[in-house]
Amino acid sequence: MSEKTLMSPEDIERAVVRIAHEIVERNKGAKDIVLVGIQTRGVPLARRLAATIQGLEKITIPVGSLDISLYRDDLSSLDLKPVVQRTDVPTDITGKQIILVDDVFYTGRSIRAAMDAITDLGRPESIQLAVLTDRGHRELPIRADYVGRNIPTASQEEIKVYIKEIDGEDKVTIFTPDKGVTDESN
Amino acid sequence: MKVTEPRPRSSTTIPETFPPPSISIWQHRHILDLDNFTQEEIELVFQIADAMTEVLTREVKQVPTLRGKTVVTLFYEPSTRTRASFELAAKNLSAGTVSLDASKSSIAKGESLIDSLRTIQALGADVIVIRHSQSGAPYLATQYVDTSVINAGDGWHAHPTQALLDLYTIQRHVGKLADLKITIVGDIMHSRVARSNIWGMTTMGARVVLCAPPTLLPRGLADFITHCQLPNVSIESRIESALEGADIVMPLRLQVERQQSGLLPSLREYIQLYQLTEERLHLAKPCALVMHPGPINEGIEISPEVAHGAQSVIEKQVTNGVAIRMALLYLIAGGKTK
Repeated sequence: MSEKTLMSPEDIERAVVRIAHEIVERNKGAKDIVLVGIQTRGVPLARRLAATIQGLEKITIPVGSLDISLYRDDLSSLDLKPVVQRTDVPTDITGKQIILVDDVFYTGRSIRAAMDAITDLGRPESIQLAVLTDRGHRELPIRADYVGRNIPTASQEEIKVYIKEIDGEDKVTIFTPDKGVTDESN
Repeated sequence: MKVTEPRPRSSTTIPETFPPPSISIWQHRHILDLDNFTQEEIELVFQIADAMTEVLTREVKQVPTLRGKTVVTLFYEPSTRTRASFELAAKNLSAGTVSLDASKSSIAKGESLIDSLRTIQALGADVIVIRHSQSGAPYLATQYVDTSVINAGDGWHAHPTQALLDLYTIQRHVGKLADLKITIVGDIMHSRVARSNIWGMTTMGARVVLCAPPTLLPRGLADFITHCQLPNVSIESRIESALEGADIVMPLRLQVERQQSGLLPSLREYIQLYQLTEERLHLAKPCALVMHPGPINEGIEISPEVAHGAQSVIEKQVTNGVAIRMALLYLIAGGKTK
């Protein structure tokens, strides 16, 4: 198993700034935008995006956190259940533009669960998706609106996002199994 | 519950940080009493109950977590809040619920407990919530069915979900349990709530003072405290000294039939000596919480002013009960159940 760094702290910072600009451009400003981070690492990413957008548009952007454990489609097949964390969306989302924020976009199942969780909280005008990395291997017809970096992967590789607020440093790495393990390229 | 390694997400070994936070410390398939719960497990229940509390504040108080699972409540004793609380908790998690009332089912035709349990299992239950007047009935149940069993009160023995909701209510209002002085007043002898609370409260580091007329204390309690090495549990027969400096005061329901059994000289004397009145509550800390497991006999173990006063969290206990039971159902039935 070898670990290779794909994104440095500066790369992550630049991706956040670019996505913030794209969000403002696509939504023609930042009025009615609510950023919702998916627990755990989506939450600090959503806060950073909000801070950047606030700097651009000079308005306060509400930020929420969403735990999707209660909405997972694989719960009854897990030996170990995830610890449910608190969902905290501080504003009425009906009529708002919701931007879901996550660190790694993979099968699409977490996003499916997140959309179910969001629609239980209200009826937003639209739901958009911003991800720091997209590693492919979708299992559902879901796509991202804003992508920090596309990372082609084999399914036995692992993308790991480190976020300063949680892990003490900012970086994105890929774990590749050592040679000899069956390769299954994308 | 079978303990397994964190779920591998690919065929290779993945560093520890990869799996989502998982409940590897949770060891229980059944919830029978709190005597085998660790502090970490109780804190885990609190953490999940916090998430469930948020669900309860929503307009749509339902999440799809236990869709397709069935929770059966089997009650051999009357109950309003515990049963309603379990059924609401199950419905909020989208589980199917079936409630069996012993007085209205085949049990009234003479079916034995074990036969009833086997029937319920054959019907496809994932969790059986059982209340029985015989201490130990839920333990017996676990020997005859593969289904998870939750004890909703057995005889004088245990009522673990009530104790957990009491602990959670204290945690939410005070912010901690460690080093608190908790005074439980009243019919300790017949109280399963007190017994389960003693386990949970001492595990969390609180001091428990039990206060009751000598006839309403379990025989051999002092020996039990010594034998089980529970230095944080003490007995006090005068309510005034029991209340002094208390952080939490919990009067227990005085079952009126106790008076007829000769355990109390008179109800009036009990009221005079043990009722939690405003005057007595002043002996506790100024912001001490007043709790009661219900149902309340107002004017007997507690005065109406105290029961509905500013320090009372009795109604909060009921709300927290739903969140705690949702958390427990998630922990018991959320993953693989069979």
